Amino acid sequence: MEYIDNLPSMDLMRSEKMMFVQLILPVESAHRAVSYLGQLGLMQFRDLNDDKSPFQRTFVNQVKRCAEMSRKLRFIKDQIHKACLTPSSNSSSQSDTDLEELEIQLAEHEHGLSEMNANSEKLQQTYNELLEFKMVLQKAGDFLLPSESPMTGQDTELNDNVHISDDYADTSSLLDQEMLNGHSTQCGVGFVSGIVPKSKVLRFERMLFRTTRGNMLFNQAPAYDQILDPATNEMVEKTVFVVSFSGEQVRVKILNICEAFGANCYPVPEEMTKRRHITQEVLSHLSDLKTTLEAGLCHRDKVLTSIGFHLPKWMNMVKREKAVYDTLNMLNFDVTKKCLVGEGWCPIFAKTKIQEALQRATCDSNSQADIIFHVKDSLESPPTYFQTNNFTNAYQEIVNAYGVAKYQEANPAVYTIITFPFLFAVMVGDWGHGICLLLGALILIVREKKLGSQKLGSFMEMLFGGRYVLLLMSLFSIYCGLIYNEFFSVPFNIFGSSAYRCRDATCSESRSIGLIKYQDTYPFGVDPSWRGSRSELPFLNSLKMKMSILFGIAQMNLGIILSYFNARHFRNSLDIKYQFVPQMIFLNSLFGYLSLLIITKWCTGSKADLYHVMIYMFLSPFEDLGENQLFSGQTFFQVMLLLLAVITVPWMLFPKPFILKRLQSERFQGRTYQSLETSDIYNDVEFDSASQPDPEEFDFTEVFVHQMIHTIEFVLGAVSNTASYLRLWALSLAHSELSTVFYEKVLLLAWGYDSLVIRLVGLAVFAFATAFILLMMETLSAFLHALRLHWVEFQNKFYSGDGYKFEPFSFAALNDGED
Amino acid sequence: MYGFEAMTFNIHGGYLEAIVRGNRSSLLTAADYNNLCQCETLDDIKMHLSATEYGPYLQNEPSPLHTTTIVEKCTLKLVDEYKHMLTQATEPLSTFLEYITYGHMIDNVVLIVTGTLHERDVQELLEKCHPLGMFDSIATLAVAQNMRELYRLVLVDTPLAPYFSECITSEDLDDMNIEIMRNTLYKAYLEDFYRFCQKLGGATAEIMSDLLAFEADRRAVNITINSIGTELTREDRKKLYSNFGLLYPYGHEELAICEDIDQVRGAMEKYPPYQSIFSKLSYGESQMLDKAFYEEEVKRLCLSFEQQFHYAVFFAYMRLREQEIRNLMWISECVAQNQKSRVHDSVVFIF
Repeated sequence: MEYIDNLPSMDLMRSEKMMFVQLILPVESAHRAVSYLGQLGLMQFRDLNDDKSPFQRTFVNQVKRCAEMSRKLRFIKDQIHKACLTPSSNSSSQSDTDLEELEIQLAEHEHGLSEMNANSEKLQQTYNELLEFKMVLQKAGDFLLPSESPMTGQDTELNDNVHISDDYADTSSLLDQEMLNGHSTQCGVGFVSGIVPKSKVLRFERMLFRTTRGNMLFNQAPAYDQILDPATNEMVEKTVFVVSFSGEQVRVKILNICEAFGANCYPVPEEMTKRRHITQEVLSHLSDLKTTLEAGLCHRDKVLTSIGFHLPKWMNMVKREKAVYDTLNMLNFDVTKKCLVGEGWCPIFAKTKIQEALQRATCDSNSQADIIFHVKDSLESPPTYFQTNNFTNAYQEIVNAYGVAKYQEANPAVYTIITFPFLFAVMVGDWGHGICLLLGALILIVREKKLGSQKLGSFMEMLFGGRYVLLLMSLFSIYCGLIYNEFFSVPFNIFGSSAYRCRDATCSESRSIGLIKYQDTYPFGVDPSWRGSRSELPFLNSLKMKMSILFGIAQMNLGIILSYFNARHFRNSLDIKYQFVPQMIFLNSLFGYLSLLIITKWCTGSKADLYHVMIYMFLSPFEDLGENQLFSGQTFFQVMLLLLAVITVPWMLFPKPFILKRLQSERFQGRTYQSLETSDIYNDVEFDSASQPDPEEFDFTEVFVHQMIHTIEFVLGAVSNTASYLRLWALSLAHSELSTVFYEKVLLLAWGYDSLVIRLVGLAVFAFATAFILLMMETLSAFLHALRLHWVEFQNKFYSGDGYKFEPFSFAALNDGED
Repeated sequence: MYGFEAMTFNIHGGYLEAIVRGNRSSLLTAADYNNLCQCETLDDIKMHLSATEYGPYLQNEPSPLHTTTIVEKCTLKLVDEYKHMLTQATEPLSTFLEYITYGHMIDNVVLIVTGTLHERDVQELLEKCHPLGMFDSIATLAVAQNMRELYRLVLVDTPLAPYFSECITSEDLDDMNIEIMRNTLYKAYLEDFYRFCQKLGGATAEIMSDLLAFEADRRAVNITINSIGTELTREDRKKLYSNFGLLYPYGHEELAICEDIDQVRGAMEKYPPYQSIFSKLSYGESQMLDKAFYEEEVKRLCLSFEQQFHYAVFFAYMRLREQEIRNLMWISECVAQNQKSRVHDSVVFIF
């Protein structure tokens, strides 16, 4: 026993020892101290202002300022993104800037940028207008152009103009002439020209039609250029239109509609010469504006690039600063208002580091008063902290997904590292598939650095996170595949030739019968000549089934033994005496015995029927076993085991609740009649029985019912959990049968034909099925089954998993958490 | 299909019902409101809201905040959620969801028309419109001079067109008949929505008819109270009441002849569900009536979440969110104007 106590502690076996500490920080050095602790990342602060809403806390203004700064930074980042610049990230060279300085700088930058934006927007607006005007001039000119030729006939046809509003079916040529006249007052026909976004043209036209009751002519032509919409920064397609109408009232309405639709109207003079003149003017303006705009953009890009140079560092800094203030907000002022008081958890090994950091903070901030760091007692249970590395992390996560371990509880992750991939491999035992998985895992591991730094998709991320699980799974899969002697379901004679051979020459075709053993047993794994024989399935099933039960019993025993170490660690002798011991006896007297029978049968080569032995052990324990006897005195042994098993059930059920009740009543008496010091002694007793609920609320029925449930669960669980391990066999069978089907019915069938095409198709189908069905789906299902075996069958023996994770205040975690 | 929704509802409606119930859980709670009521400045409100689902919508707003910005952003969130649901919805749920927005559409039409009448800038008016009630040619409303034109030019393309059949006149628009138009439209809309829900059948019809009946009755009471002392005749007033609801038809007869608030009260107290609302008010008081009605409405809307497999949850969710935005607006306004003592006057707690 002492030997066990003196073993060196292994990091992962139990969570780190934690202590509850109180920090008293003088106001002047508090900020620095907290940021040093953030760099260290080994202290979890407790929120002492839980009852206060965020804006009632001390450092709310600073938090707000940080939020404001990060908003500005986001704005700048957005601008950089809009300008399609890539922020350069070599930010190490610059010296540290002060936060206040940064705030001023940021405000300046934001102001400058928004001014620049406003200017360039204004310019862009004018530019757009001119550009649109140019287009309208050209396009509208095209509509108006044909009218020039019949100019001479204008007067003769004037009479007809009276009718145009009535019969607009053939008015197009007439209208052209009207346009020529423009606002000529004779008949009040005019036109409005402008430009409208292409998406609105149809509705625009319909609206015009309705308003004028059809008395208008709508001409449109797509603008040859797209126009930049300053609001969304997207290119918009627009359409130039010319509406011809008659009547002054209609003009007002049409202009209204134009405004409602966001159509910009531009006046187009009717005379060619004037139009040309204006076009010239517009063009010259345009080129001027363009250079101005480009210069402006160039300047802005330059500014943005210079800001972008610092941007990642600034963002990081602001984020850290905000985290520091958020943490400071968790602290309390002491009575004198000169010190901040903080409480929190830290691992014991970090004590010196934390003290050093605090010392450094005091020195650096030239504070008169030291930071006081002292250990306190805490009523609540400490957080659970495991130091994991790349390799162990994934396994710890598998366990954590079920529940975070109670503080200092035995950590199943240690065993999971090996048992999990192994049980997986028992189900997916095929060294061909194993090699494929291994290659995949190796690719992930070799490119670890590169993949780790970039953002992956959710599926890839999962795969990458579990790369070391995948590695061990594939290695064990190769190992189990060698034992099952399956390579894509094909057996190989790697370890020498088969132990069986034909009795005579006739059996060369019929491989299944007439084989005799002529040499020593095949040295490693399953003999290749079992494959395809008639007794292949019965043989492999029997092997795998028995194997599954052995693994199951071994793992469940491990679980119960771990419950012993838990009870020992928490000094809970009740649990050892009334839970661990009877559980051990119960499981092993029934299923341990079954394992013993299996091994004996394997060693002796006996033909005893184990089902019969097990079933009649319960039904008629005193009957003679006959030919099923494996060793002498078996009947007596069985009766003894059965008696033991029966005794253990009440042993598990009754004593514990009654003893707890007695302890409780004793303590109660102690409270009433004895002095305070003596009741302290009983506090130790209370600590012994850690599993009992709060002493003040000891309810015997509840404890008893709880114990009853626990007992029933264990007794029934012993049966059902053992049966549950048979899934190892079932999945293994399914996997090997499925791969056999793909190999024989697809690959071999296709190979039977003498056509290259069919062979290639067959190969493709085989590869596809292997990759997606066997390597992905089967792997996933085996993974889930292995997960279940660990979470349910293994961990319910000892693992309570009701702890909470240690989440230290750390800048490193802050950076991980970003987008 | 009554009683058998459970068999088939989830084929099309299950996903969205899950979404809407998830959304409901992000509604602000009484604790949130208590915290919000303690805020000193609008920045505090922003800070508090940043911990809720409104956070992402408010985080990029520069610091001197205005009540309008807060309300705008909160509405934006509602609109985003609505659009998400609408794009996922299939018939008849999509039609149902569209029905929910028609009320806003009517309000927007009235807003634009009234605004144009008072010669406000159209762009300015458009900004004030509720984004859920926007339709394509809404800006063109400004062109119309009378109802007939309004209908013929613009509204004939919108879903509101059928509701216009009763109010096409060639009279020029003025404040009075715009208000009448609004109520006539609303009446037609509620009746149409009611019929649509009845057609859907099942739990949707059952719950929605209850909610819509409440809405119709509330409108009837509001119309009555607002028309006391105006030149609206009794017959005209009665024409504006929706032809369903708890008050239809006998309650309407009584309401139509009411001349002051106490008579309204007398008419309403005959109906047990409304008795409790009016019993909270002292005689002659109509200020708190709105709040009392809102509280009753919120209670009924929350109850609709107690049943599964029906569409009323979507209606209820949208209404609850709108109530929440109204609450936020009130709180922000009170905080901005330093009237914190009045914060509780108009805030309706949802949970």
